[in-house]
Amino acid sequence: MTPLTGWGRYPRHASELITAASPADLPSLMASNSGFVARGNGRSYGDAAIGERITLCARGLNRIRAFDRASGRVRVEAGVLLSDLLDVVVPRGFFPPVVPGTKFVTIGGMIAADVHGKNHHRDGGFGDHVEAFTLALPDGRVVSCSRGENPELFTATIGGMGLTGTIIEAAFTLRPIETGWMRQTIHVASDLEEAMKALRDSSASTYSVAWVDCLARGKALGRSLIFAAEHATLHDLDALRPGTPTFPSAKLGRLLIPFDLPSLTLNRLSVSAFNELYFRAGAVKADYPHLVPWDPYFFPLDSIGNWNRIYGRCGFLQHQCVVPTDHAPAVLAEILDRISRRGTPSFLAVLKQLGPGHGDLSFPLEGFTLTLDLPVSDSAFALLDDLDRLVVEAGGRLYLAKDARQSPATFEAGYPGLARFKDVRQAIGAPGKISSHLSTRLGI
Amino acid sequence: MTTRTLLLIGGTSDIGRATALRYAQEGWRVMLAARNDEEAQRNGEDIAARTGAEVTVHRLDILETESFTSFLDKLPHQPDTAVCVVGELGDQVRAQSDPDHARLLLRTNFEGPALLLGILAERFLERRSGAIVGVSSVAGDRGRASNYLYGAAKAGFTAFLSGLRNRLAPEGIRVVTVKPGFVRTQMTAGMKLPPLLTAEPQEVGAAIYEAAERGRGDVIYVRRLWRPVMMAIRFIPEPLFKRLKL
Repeated sequence: MTPLTGWGRYPRHASELITAASPADLPSLMASNSGFVARGNGRSYGDAAIGERITLCARGLNRIRAFDRASGRVRVEAGVLLSDLLDVVVPRGFFPPVVPGTKFVTIGGMIAADVHGKNHHRDGGFGDHVEAFTLALPDGRVVSCSRGENPELFTATIGGMGLTGTIIEAAFTLRPIETGWMRQTIHVASDLEEAMKALRDSSASTYSVAWVDCLARGKALGRSLIFAAEHATLHDLDALRPGTPTFPSAKLGRLLIPFDLPSLTLNRLSVSAFNELYFRAGAVKADYPHLVPWDPYFFPLDSIGNWNRIYGRCGFLQHQCVVPTDHAPAVLAEILDRISRRGTPSFLAVLKQLGPGHGDLSFPLEGFTLTLDLPVSDSAFALLDDLDRLVVEAGGRLYLAKDARQSPATFEAGYPGLARFKDVRQAIGAPGKISSHLSTRLGI
Repeated sequence: MTTRTLLLIGGTSDIGRATALRYAQEGWRVMLAARNDEEAQRNGEDIAARTGAEVTVHRLDILETESFTSFLDKLPHQPDTAVCVVGELGDQVRAQSDPDHARLLLRTNFEGPALLLGILAERFLERRSGAIVGVSSVAGDRGRASNYLYGAAKAGFTAFLSGLRNRLAPEGIRVVTVKPGFVRTQMTAGMKLPPLLTAEPQEVGAAIYEAAERGRGDVIYVRRLWRPVMMAIRFIPEPLFKRLKL
C-alpha cells in the first residue's frame, strides 16, 4: 500500500499501486482487478486519481505513436506528458489546441478532466478536439471511440474522470504556429465589473485570463490584470522585437521548493505584498502588446517545481467554480468579498470566461469561472461549503479535477448529465469495478 | 553527408529506447531489433514521431544464435554502429538450483551478445569501418553471492569486448564497453537505489553516443562514482571479501 494524494496534498489515502508498462498489459490488469482507477501524473488536486483499493499507474504508456508534420495530427499514448509533447511539436511549428494551466499533465488526464485553457471561450475544451481514442473497458475489452463510433462512451469518457475505463491512446490535431512567442496585452481592471467586461471585450483574442488580487476590498474588490494573447506571427516578431529567434530557447534550471514551508509563511501580509508587486509589475506594461515566450504565458507556475508545498504539510484546497453569465457578476462578487474578509489569504485567484462544455461530466458551461486556493483548515471547509451554496443556487458547478471536498448534493445539483453518465457506467459494468475515492465520495 | 545507421539490439528495453532516441536526434537512421517486435514497434513509432528519423523494427531472439547470419543479411542497411543492450538479471537463487534458468542467464547475457557482435565485427573488419558497443555490467567486475551467475556472464562479455577492442583498435574500429551501474528502468522499478549511483536511461544513451561517436572512453561507467566504488570492491583481499555480505 502506498499513501497517495493529488496535487493539493489533501486528502491522503493508501492505495495499492500497479503499473501498466504497455497497452498490452491493460486487458488482463483491467479484467483481474477491481476497485481501481487509472492515474496519470497525479496533477488533479483532490482524490480523483486515487483508486478505492488499487491505483493503476499509466505513466508507462508514454509513446508518441505518430506525428504528421504536414497536417499536425498526433496519435499519442495516454501517459505521454503534455510537456514531453510540447518539446517535440513546438520547435516544429505546432501547438496543442487546448492546454491547461500546467504542462505536467498526461494526455489521458487531459481527456478525463476535459481540461479547458485560456481559449475556452473560442475553442472549447480539450475534449472538443479529441478525434478518437481507444479505451480499455472494465472487462478488459479494448474499444475505439469517436463521435461516430461508440459515441455514448466517447461523450462520457471526456470529462469522465477515468470512470469509464482506461484511456490507452488518443488522436487529435495540433494548431500551426509561426513562432514560439505570444503577443500579449495586459489590461488593468480596477474592480470585478471592469474585469469581467475586459474579459468579454477580449473574447476576440484567442487567449484571455484575469488574475485577481483577492485581498483588495471595498471599491477595489476584484481588481485584476487581464492577460490577452495570440500566438505571435513572424510579422509580430519583426514589428515588436526584430532579430528575435523564432522559438525561445527552452528554460533550463527550474526552481524547486525542496521542503514544505511552514504553514505560516503565507499570511495576509506576505500575500498582500506579493500581490501588490505583481499588480504593479503588470500595470507598468499595460495596454501595449509585447512578446512573452509560450512557456511562462501558459504555465507560469510550472517554473516553480513543487509550488504545492508552499501551503505546508496539511495541503490546500483549490476551489474552482463556474457560474452562468447572468448570475456571475453578483455571485462572484459575493465570493470574492467573503474571501477578502478572511484572515487567511488565497494565493491564487484566476478568473476566466468559459463557453459550453460537451461531455456528460464536463466542467465548462457558458459563464465565468473563478479559481481560489485555501490552505486546509476547519474554517476553510466551512467557508467553501457556503460558497458552494451560492454557486449551486446560481446554476453553477465545481470542477471535479480540483475537487477534494464538495458534497454529493452540490455535485448532483451541478451536473445534470450525471444520470446519463451512470447509465453508460452501468452498461459497461463499471460500478464497483472502476472506482476512485472521488467517485465513492460523490456516489458516481 | 549520407545518413548513418544504428543497429540497436534490445529495442524494447528502456536503455535501448533512450539510446536509439539519442542517435535518431543526431540524425541517424535506426534499426531496432527485439524478440517482442510488437513492443519494439511502439518504441520505433515513438522515435520516428519525435525525431522524424527513419526507424525500422526487426525480430531477433538473442538465444537463436543460428539465426544471426540471416538476420544480419536481411537488414535493410548495413549498420555503421551496433549497440547491444540485451540483458537479463534473472533470479540468482533460482539459478543456483535450476540449471535451465542458469543456462538462460549465461546464454542471454554472454553467449548470444558475444556471438552476434562477433559476426558483426568480422563484417566491420572486412569493410574497415564501424563501431561496436556492448552494455555489460558492474556485476561483472567481481563475482558476488547475490548475483554471480548474471555477473559471471557479464564478466565473460566484458572480457570478450576487451579482447575484441584489442584486436580491432589498429584497424580503426571502435569497441566500447558500457557498465551503466544502477539505472532507473522497468527492471529496477520499486527498488530503493542510491541516487548518486543511479542513472536515468537518457544518461546511458548519451554516454553511449559520446563514447562511440565522439571517442569519449573505451570502458565507461555512466555515473563516475562507480569507477572508484568498483575499484575499491576489486581490491578487497579475497580472505576478507569472502566473508562480506555483498
